Amino acid sequence: MPLNIIVTAKQVIDPETPASALRLNSQLKRMETPPNIPPVINGFDENAIEAALRIKDAKGAANVKVTVISAGKSFVLDVIKKPLSMGADELVLVQDDALEGLDAFATAQVLLAAIKKVGKFDLVVCGRQASDYDQAQVPLFLAEGLGIPCVTIAKKVEVPESKLVVERVLPNGTEEVEATLPALVTVSNELGQPRYPTLRGIMMATRKQPTTWKLGDLGLSPAALQPKVPIEQLFVPTSQRQCEFINGENEEDKGRKLALKLREAKII
Amino acid sequence: MAGVLVVGELANGSLASITGELLTAARKLAGPLGEPIGALLMADRAGNTAKEAGQAGAEVVYVVEDPLLKEPPVELVLSAVEQVVKKVQPTVVLLGRTPLGRDLGPRLAFRLGVGLVQDAVDLACDAQTKKVTANRPVYGGNAVAKVALNSRPHVITVRPKVFEATAPNPAPSPKVEAVPVKLDAAAAKIKVLKRTQQEAAGVKLEEARIVVGGGRGLGGPEPFKQLDELAKLLGGAVGASRAVCDAGWMPYAYQIGLTGKSITADTYIAIAISGASQHLTGISTVKNIIAVNKDAEANIFKEARFGVVGDWKKILPAFIQQVQELVK
Ligand SMILES: Cc1cc2nc3c(=O)[nH]c(=O)nc-3n(C[C@H](O)[C@H](O)[C@H](O)COP(=O)(O)OP(=O)(O)OC[C@H]3O[C@@H](n4cnc5c(N)ncnc54)[C@H](O)[C@@H]3O)c2cc1C
Ligand SMILES: Nc1ncnc2c1ncn2[C@@H]1O[C@H](COP(=O)(O)O)[C@@H](O)[C@H]1O
Repeated sequence: MPLNIIVTAKQVIDPETPASALRLNSQLKRMETPPNIPPVINGFDENAIEAALRIKDAKGAANVKVTVISAGKSFVLDVIKKPLSMGADELVLVQDDALEGLDAFATAQVLLAAIKKVGKFDLVVCGRQASDYDQAQVPLFLAEGLGIPCVTIAKKVEVPESKLVVERVLPNGTEEVEATLPALVTVSNELGQPRYPTLRGIMMATRKQPTTWKLGDLGLSPAALQPKVPIEQLFVPTSQRQCEFINGENEEDKGRKLALKLREAKII
Repeated sequence: MAGVLVVGELANGSLASITGELLTAARKLAGPLGEPIGALLMADRAGNTAKEAGQAGAEVVYVVEDPLLKEPPVELVLSAVEQVVKKVQPTVVLLGRTPLGRDLGPRLAFRLGVGLVQDAVDLACDAQTKKVTANRPVYGGNAVAKVALNSRPHVITVRPKVFEATAPNPAPSPKVEAVPVKLDAAAAKIKVLKRTQQEAAGVKLEEARIVVGGGRGLGGPEPFKQLDELAKLLGGAVGASRAVCDAGWMPYAYQIGLTGKSITADTYIAIAISGASQHLTGISTVKNIIAVNKDAEANIFKEARFGVVGDWKKILPAFIQQVQELVK
């Protein structure tokens, strides 16, 4: 019996987009990037995929099956197929026009239904938060909905035998915890760099087609996805601050003058 | 009773600072709602904390005492809060977006079948319609969403250090009510095997008055010696951007920002940091931001009070030397 791991991954706008290039869409209440900046897989979800693949490496490829699930209105296939090229076994896309601007509760309903339709799982691995709305809610909803233990903000995830052992990040240190399977874990960037797709992985991914489900395939209707926490307004905060630039003959001089300036302003 | 219920946290037998902050935040809603402010305190022994909560603004204090609540796992706290909320039926539940609250909040909301606002930085309530709204930063702080809450109770986690606890009222008269709950130790599904604390030497980053932060532009771990020297001269602490921690130049305990620490310093000196919104989140209450960056267009200058454009390798040693002379 292989160990079945489900990873959730969301397609988001690239969070490294410079603020000056971000555009506010006040109608749809979201931020948008120019067309030449493609979306990415949420960074923490890449860490989650990496965590799952490390378990697969440790246990042997034949003993672990990694299924990635993503829900959204539309996907850029080259982007969302990245987990397959990294080494995941299956990709499930829940793609439906109704999946636009869902809140966390509704997103969790969709993912719960998708996880149940996938069926067998021992471990669910999620990112700690999605870099678009920074909610850090969906995984906790999923754990509650599935009635399984939930360990958040992992930097190391292992499944020795049939237990989950996780090293969690705390504000000033770490904590090692243990839980029985099935369980859910959220992964943070402290886990380390996600692997790059190999050439072979990319070729395999090109051939593999994702399984695509509509909302109806999950037995859900758009009415069940009405937001409990609707966004009324999205705005870009403005800064009132004015920077005083320190000038000088050369860089050393500027350094000295900065110190004098800070003394004058009673900052040091 | 309805009301605004603050889920308090304790530290070393006293109210944790977040509890005072939440009681201040609660006032923004309790007034317009015309409902009282309650505080929920959970501990193996509540000691003097009910009185403290009264002094910090709670009109009703619900006390849950249970031996299982000594350093309790999140599942037991969750179970206690769930039972109290079902009994008290508050209109609003406020939690801190602390390591505990950020896990507790969503799980509580799910159990109550309601939505949740995570990481609110402002709260409002319309006195006529009683509609509650909250502001929360999104897209790493590049935008702010004003959200409404369509389900009841409204569960909200509040970002720490945004609201200020008020000075204690010396003569409070809170109603103190012991609430019995049933806790089952078997509900705790996660076993802690070991904990490793890495306390940084010197001034604590979160409490320092001055912080010197280093970014990817430093090029490696070596330059942090100079930052350290500067911080020591100024009686401050050193911090770093995530790029630095991801590169392994500094441990993650030094990371400032959205997914790192928030600092409460008056002054932040940012060396070779671009000023990404996720980093700025951690320094949002700093009055004096001073930036050294070779790129005059760097975002950090938009938030800075003083800036120097140029190479830190030349600017920093001269700056440190001059500071040395000034503070001698
Ligand atoms: C969900 C999410 C959460 C995040 N959380 C955090 C967080 O908590 N904290 C955080 O910091 N980041 C966080 N980030 C990352 C953030 O978006 C930035 O990538 C990061 O802050 C950049 O770090 P930096 O400024 O050190 O590096 P860079 O952006 O690479 O900036 C380096 C700067 O150094 C300058 N420089 C280079 N050489 C020199 C020189 N010789 N002299 C002077 N200046 C020089 C450059 O001009 C540049 O401005 C998060 C990102 C995401 C997506
Ligand atoms: N639409 C989605 N599809 C797949 N996974 C998601 C989706 N939304 C959230 N998640 C998962 O839940 C985590 C936290 O998201 P959030 O609660 O939105 O911050 C993400 O890192 C993902 O792993």
